Amino acid sequence: MPTFVYMTRCDGCGHCVDICPSDIMHIDKKLRRAYNIEPNMCWECYSCVKACPHQAIDVRGYADFAPLGHSVRVIRDEEKGTIAWRIKFRNGKKDMELLAPITTKPWGSATPDLGKVPAPGKEMRDSQLLFNEPKYIRMDEGGLHTLESNGLEIKKGVQY
Amino acid sequence: MFTSNPFAALSVDISPAMMQGYIVLMVLLVMGGTILDMMHKKSAQYFFENAKKAKKSAKRSVSGGEKAAIAASVLANEVLTSGEFKNPRRRLSHLLTMYGFIIFAATTAIMIFGYSAPGTATPSILPTLWHIGALMLAIGGYWFWFFIRVDVSAEGLPWFRFERADLFIVSLLATSTFALIWSFTGGGLTLSFALFILASTVLFGGVYWSKFAHMFFKPAAAHQKKITKADGSRENLPPDYDLTDPEVQRKFPDIPMYMGKNPPNMGLCIKAEKPQHY
Repeated sequence: MPTFVYMTRCDGCGHCVDICPSDIMHIDKKLRRAYNIEPNMCWECYSCVKACPHQAIDVRGYADFAPLGHSVRVIRDEEKGTIAWRIKFRNGKKDMELLAPITTKPWGSATPDLGKVPAPGKEMRDSQLLFNEPKYIRMDEGGLHTLESNGLEIKKGVQY
Repeated sequence: MFTSNPFAALSVDISPAMMQGYIVLMVLLVMGGTILDMMHKKSAQYFFENAKKAKKSAKRSVSGGEKAAIAASVLANEVLTSGEFKNPRRRLSHLLTMYGFIIFAATTAIMIFGYSAPGTATPSILPTLWHIGALMLAIGGYWFWFFIRVDVSAEGLPWFRFERADLFIVSLLATSTFALIWSFTGGGLTLSFALFILASTVLFGGVYWSKFAHMFFKPAAAHQKKITKADGSRENLPPDYDLTDPEVQRKFPDIPMYMGKNPPNMGLCIKAEKPQHY
């Protein structure tokens, strides 16, 4: 299910080249447009599809489970902090839309400022717990969150 | 220097009719090259097939008035201000090159058709604009060639690497550079004039092999892109949701639950950084 580039939309900015974990999105030296140099090595992570500011990259599904003519397209809107998907069947009868948040705080605002965090004391260093561990696994709020502590119990059978 | 019409001085050696004939020939070459380019790349066929496909999946029809409004917004945004460029450096360089070329080409045509006969006084604004246009073209073009296009570390593209696709920018730069040198060295039939004519002939005659014809395709593509947004087909892309719209919040309850009823602007994230091509 490799990616491909709509040449008329691409402006060769290089965001897909930067983000591709397989390093297979390259800028064509002649056309100065992005292209997938090795579709076999594409693991369909959709990173480049989401990073493209022009929505110039699309994914071609394998015909055995995603028949030709279908469409799975996405817009990752950084400024709104959402991701929107649209999945269309090839007969056009199903046209599904999804919108989900990808952040709840402005980007970069929740990065911990480790310079301001007090250094671990001797007792903390000698402990078997990792740095900030009780706090980060929320034991300081009354122990680990479990089904019991949340008033839930496992039911038999497959639950949806 | 800036205020003298170099073509008026040239009319001693070359008749104005010949100069006018050259301009007409160049216009014909651009038209012919564009048509051949369209036939070769089948870009018009692709464009119309794509438009037909988009119409089939349209959710509503776009009226004539809306189409006119879209055409006006394409003219204001994509054509006149190069709004499609996300990279501000490329946009500025493109604006300099584009307006420089338009001013340079228009004043050349006006001076040759109106003021090239011997003894005709040229309004000083025309040669001034001609020089300014050529300078803008050169500044925008050299900026692109030496700073924006060059990418040695990531793509192995030094400034001296030429491709056939560079035919357009190189001939454009050569035209403006030799035009300026020709004018500053006093005009007349000189080597710089021969190089100026050679470069401009390659520029207008090489449309079939260069990307000169993009000025015709790009506005058409931008117009079609906006039409697909207006008719709801959106090239199968999801809609541009307004997160504060109660209807959107009702359809996607995760949005108000996690982001609140009026989510703030979250900033640019990865788009805050310039791509480094790694």
